[in-house]
Amino acid sequence: MNMRIPILKLGETLIVSIQWELDDQTAIQFQEDLLNKMHATTARGVLIDLTPIDFIDSFIAKVLGDVINMSRLMGAKVVITGIQPAVAITLIELGIRLENVMTALDLENGLDKLHKELED
Amino acid sequence: MDYRSSVEIYTEWDIVAARQLGRNEARKIGFGTVDQARITTAISELARNIYLYAGKGKIEIERLYENGVFGILIIASDQGPGIADMRKVMSDGFTTSGGLGAGMPGVRRLMDEFNVESELNVGTTITAVKWLR
Repeated sequence: MNMRIPILKLGETLIVSIQWELDDQTAIQFQEDLLNKMHATTARGVLIDLTPIDFIDSFIAKVLGDVINMSRLMGAKVVITGIQPAVAITLIELGIRLENVMTALDLENGLDKLHKELED
Repeated sequence: MDYRSSVEIYTEWDIVAARQLGRNEARKIGFGTVDQARITTAISELARNIYLYAGKGKIEIERLYENGVFGILIIASDQGPGIADMRKVMSDGFTTSGGLGAGMPGVRRLMDEFNVESELNVGTTITAVKWLR
């Protein structure tokens, strides 16, 4: 039941596509896996795509926010892509603000944004 | 229209089961994707509160039909410690578990009707309704 989220490396960027509904354990495992992969590969950018995700509760939001801050501590930039309208609406109504987080509509725009950030 | 189903909450996996049940019911009733997300999120928050604060409890989902309008009723009940300070629990950012403190006030905003009954050392029952518009 506890499936691990695959983390792919493309150049200096780690790409994660979250494909199914996250349970607590998978989310926490993902946090660890991503930071370990970052450390092992010296990646400078991380892209997390949430296109297939149709809801995010406060726990998943906290894990995501934490992983973004942890990645920053390790010197990497993170972009979140593909947040669905329903997810954006419920997150704001729930009172969750993912502040200072780079976001983009889709994977392509996200990679562009990340590459520009990494060039600076 | 008295159709009720329930999930007992004992483990983290039961949180997943409860929100899947809720999402399926919401879809069957005819809620759109945004309301499905609202309902699923609300159930997830309520189920997690049971798991975190009471240890065990139950999420019940019921289809409603009143005055020509369909709806969904969520009942989250536990025999846990109860809520000591309702005002704090209902204010944004209050948490005793290291979470975001978005749960209770968030659920109230996501749903159309929201009610909490709680008694110290007896338990808590939260009911929330969303109407199909």
